[in-house]
Amino acid sequence: MPFFFLRGCNLTNSHPDLECRDLTKNFDAFRAVDQVSFDVPQGSFFSILGPSGCGKTTLLRMIAGFQSPTSGDLRIKGKSMIGVPPNKRPVSMVFQHLALFPTMNIGDNVGFGLRQRGVGKAEIRARVEQVLDRVGLPHVAERRVDQLSGGQKQRVAIARCMVLEPDVLLLDEPLGALDLKLREHMKIELKSLQHAFNTTFVYITHDQSEALVMSDNIAVMNKGRFEQIGSPHEIYHHPDTAFVAGFVGDANKIDAKVTEVNGAMLTLATEMGSEMKVEAAGAGLSVGQPAQVFLRPEAIALGASDAAAESAANISHGTVETVFFNGANSTVTVKDGAGHLVKVAMPQTGDFATLRKGDAISTRWLPKQARCYAVSGDV
Amino acid sequence: MGSDRSRLGFYLLLAPILLWLIVLIILPHVGLFLVSISEKIGPREYETGFDNYAAFFSEPLYWRTFARTAIMSIMATALTLILGFPIAYYIAKLTRGRTKTTLFLMCMIPFWVSELVRTFGWMILLRETGVISNTLQYLGLVNGPIELLYNDAAIMVGLVYTSILFMVVPLVTTLDSLDDSLIEAGYDLGGTSTSIMREIVIPHAMPGIVSGCIVVFMLSLGNYLTPILLGGKDSLWFTGMIYTQFITRFNWELGSAFGFLLLGLSSLVVFLGLKFSGQSLSETMGRS
Repeated sequence: MPFFFLRGCNLTNSHPDLECRDLTKNFDAFRAVDQVSFDVPQGSFFSILGPSGCGKTTLLRMIAGFQSPTSGDLRIKGKSMIGVPPNKRPVSMVFQHLALFPTMNIGDNVGFGLRQRGVGKAEIRARVEQVLDRVGLPHVAERRVDQLSGGQKQRVAIARCMVLEPDVLLLDEPLGALDLKLREHMKIELKSLQHAFNTTFVYITHDQSEALVMSDNIAVMNKGRFEQIGSPHEIYHHPDTAFVAGFVGDANKIDAKVTEVNGAMLTLATEMGSEMKVEAAGAGLSVGQPAQVFLRPEAIALGASDAAAESAANISHGTVETVFFNGANSTVTVKDGAGHLVKVAMPQTGDFATLRKGDAISTRWLPKQARCYAVSGDV
Repeated sequence: MGSDRSRLGFYLLLAPILLWLIVLIILPHVGLFLVSISEKIGPREYETGFDNYAAFFSEPLYWRTFARTAIMSIMATALTLILGFPIAYYIAKLTRGRTKTTLFLMCMIPFWVSELVRTFGWMILLRETGVISNTLQYLGLVNGPIELLYNDAAIMVGLVYTSILFMVVPLVTTLDSLDDSLIEAGYDLGGTSTSIMREIVIPHAMPGIVSGCIVVFMLSLGNYLTPILLGGKDSLWFTGMIYTQFITRFNWELGSAFGFLLLGLSSLVVFLGLKFSGQSLSETMGRS
């Protein structure tokens, strides 16, 4: 008997909070979401990152129930949500512009969902006060919506959802309307709120830094499809496709042709004649094929070689074209002998702080630090 | 120098509205008020007093007509709201682009025709030998011709029809400004259509509802053509009574007193309406 009990428990726990299987949505002839499949385990922060128009909002609205998928299945805690209206789903959504009800005070806003469930007045008041306390806004229940600042409204919107204890909280770029400083602050805060509530968050954004900072897992979406799902580290350092490499983080994109294949080591040449070596196992490239090389600015070192690993490195000599000073994120553009412009991150130690336009400089990078993809014509 | 010039501009811009207020509204009312407090005691002999007002309260026909006019106007306003709200909601929230413009225009088109012609239209429909009566007879639902005109229901139909546009326009404007995501948020948080209507849509539309109701109530209360033409001899309307005093009886003194009582009544009802709905006049007029 206890054995069965245990098994039963395990079974219910084994379901991820949110599962999508081959989810597709067509608008007439246009396919907004194309066979998307993913799982979001309980208590994790999952981001869907993509440029505007990639279908991420449609995907989120399907999870919330405002749009029904053309085909595919969507399960929350193992239960299919196809045909379930939004007011019957165990998900809540934080809208892009928050959608706090301006005709109600904060307490009534947060208590709205509980009122719909027929919870008693005294209990509503207690639970509203409790959840407002948890988001760090005690004693605001009597205030009007327009008396709060942007960040406070943000937290009220989250409290309004969390008071219902949803299985999944959906967030539709809620930080988009905030100014930069507050946005940076809210990123940290959202992450810690998610941790405190231990609720599954599904967050959509076009801002890669939001996704990278907050997420446990990121799905990069393009043209209705998921290009890659992985941890922020994987997405940044091991992008699967050229789109991911170009979209997430900064990168120098170099068009080249493969001239030599030696195991995992490729030798490529650009049209203007400069050669480079790139380590790309599994890129499936053969001699003569056009390819794109993505090289992060911070992977490139400036200055004369320091003996170690010299033979392997790609070294070129050039002149400084422009210096972009941006505090810790300063970069410099270097024009190499063949005329290519390469963006290089300034080392943060303060070396090379005196670089000026026209200075001669050499750059070097290791073959394993670049990513190489066959040209798909997509990006 | 500059401030002098801007001051001059300010007064020049203010002049038309001041002229309008003084010449067309304040002066006639002062005149009417003076007439209403003069009592005729002999040919060309007048005395100041409130006898005209006393006459109103002592004659049941007068104040009953007065009360009847007020109650029927309130009922017409309520009916217009009940009919106008779904129309406005449909136009503002459920249609887009071209359809929206077309529907809005279709509400407007009847108002290109004069009120008299529109009222005659209703008479053609409702009279004994009219379209509805004939159709019912043709279908065999009734035996003889039926008279649908000259009763309170006919007046009500006419009043609602005349004023529905003035309810729909402010409602469409306020409902248009309601963000769709608020309605979606309501559903997302577990709300039903009824509770969302009650807690989100109607509170948001309140300024539009109130301003629409004020306009419709004023129009109904001051309407003359519709009650006279559709109501016939038996259906008295207070404006008709004022007309009779001025034109038929040539009793300007009593007519003026009636006019002032009507002004007082409409102000009172609007005041009470605002009190009950918790809106202020400036907010209502300012927002919609």
